Amino acid sequence: MSSAVLQSSTRGRATTESVAVLVCLLALWWLASHLQWVSKVFLPTPEATLESLVQGLSTGELAGFTWDTVVRMLLGWLLASAIGTALGALIGASATARTWIAPTLEFLRPLPASAVMPLAISLFGLSGGMVLSVVAFGAMWPVLLATVHGLASVHVRLREVATALQLSRTAFVFKIGLPNALPDILAGMRLSMTVSLIVAVVGEMIASQSGLGQAILLAARSFRASELFAGIVLLGAIGFVSNALLALLEHQFLKWQRH
Amino acid sequence: MRPWVFPLLLLALLEAAARWLVPGSDALAPPSQALLAFGKALSASGDDSVLQATAFTLSSAALGLLLGAALGVTLGLVLGLSRRAAAMGFLSIEVLRPVPSVALIPLAMLVFGFGYRMEISVVAFATFWPLLILTQAAARQVEPQLLEVAHALGLSAWARTTQIVLPAMVPRLFIALRLGVSFALVVAVTVEIAANPSGMGYAMMIAQQSLAPDLMLAWLAWIGVVGFAINALTLRLQRAIAHRMGEPRTGVAP
Repeated sequence: MSSAVLQSSTRGRATTESVAVLVCLLALWWLASHLQWVSKVFLPTPEATLESLVQGLSTGELAGFTWDTVVRMLLGWLLASAIGTALGALIGASATARTWIAPTLEFLRPLPASAVMPLAISLFGLSGGMVLSVVAFGAMWPVLLATVHGLASVHVRLREVATALQLSRTAFVFKIGLPNALPDILAGMRLSMTVSLIVAVVGEMIASQSGLGQAILLAARSFRASELFAGIVLLGAIGFVSNALLALLEHQFLKWQRH
Repeated sequence: MRPWVFPLLLLALLEAAARWLVPGSDALAPPSQALLAFGKALSASGDDSVLQATAFTLSSAALGLLLGAALGVTLGLVLGLSRRAAAMGFLSIEVLRPVPSVALIPLAMLVFGFGYRMEISVVAFATFWPLLILTQAAARQVEPQLLEVAHALGLSAWARTTQIVLPAMVPRLFIALRLGVSFALVVAVTVEIAANPSGMGYAMMIAQQSLAPDLMLAWLAWIGVVGFAINALTLRLQRAIAHRMGEPRTGVAP
């Protein structure tokens, strides 16, 4: 019992220290901006940032931009997850398809998603649909590759079972392959959420689509540092919340695996 | 032979589509014309813009990675070796890490203007986090026996780190570094496409804006080839090092 008390007290201390470090960083920001270590043009005070944040959210302008970016990110992510899983299942289910197509995927994977944007602009114009298509395309890769990998790594025993049960290929994919690939797919979907947010922001900057990407670019161009920082804070919050929610979802979905 | 069939099929399809479905389009060009356009851009007398743009992107990515890795590995070492430091930094890292790197493009633009410095700073920020996390994990995974040996030898903290911990981490560090290289390239091109008027990404944007789809596709393919070559090179390097350090060749991928 005493060790449990000791443990909880060290944990309590760790939390306090963790918060203290964050507070110190904020204090450093406060000092740096108030003592003008860094020019006010670049570094607004924390209070000014907070004020811009509160004002932007309460007048609804910043809230609207946040909403636009979140919707863009989520739509692109959902599209990417659906297309990535479907294509991945198609390619991964057949050993022949894997040997012929997988090397091409490996070649395309390191290509920056944003590099496809000029091509998408010339195909679809500077529109919201263009940005969405690039978000979906760029975020598709982690899911696609994870699905192919998950299907390829089905245990030999399970394959033998499938043969013994005379499962059709479709039944194999849905009953054995995809459940087996689920941990990989979920990990891929988490990565693809990060990619979605990044590409959505870049798309808003280039194509001037309403959203936080466009908002922070305009704020920087007109030297409104506090608004720029408010936008960056909101983007960080979007990244934080989406990542935390996905981790929770992953935990729920993979419960069956741990038993 | 086999790996080439599918991409060649795709290219042939694109060639046919661009030639017969949308001839003379401002948006698409047949791959053969893209190749010609690229040859022309390369051989244009007195103009080494292709090499210059490539060199700009690669050097910005490399310098940014160097900066991000130096900071990330140092902090990662500290957090990996001391549980207390890791617990102290936990909250700040969780709060700062989710900020998407591209969100810093406007800030970098405001602080540094256009050019090398803004691109390097964004690449450094983007590569700092994965290197920090992976180094921390690598330092944690150093065999406890090695640390006991260091303790028994009465080594100082500095000697323990440089002579025992770092060498034991080398294979894992190179895995982290390889990931950092591919990150750095992607981010550098992204910065150029979004804002910075230099490098391969900008060249591609310009080709699109001047309605030269052949040149634009050529740049897209070139960015792909450069990225693939560098990734293949770092993978080989990482495997060679893992092999020399006595780790099995397979199963080292993160």
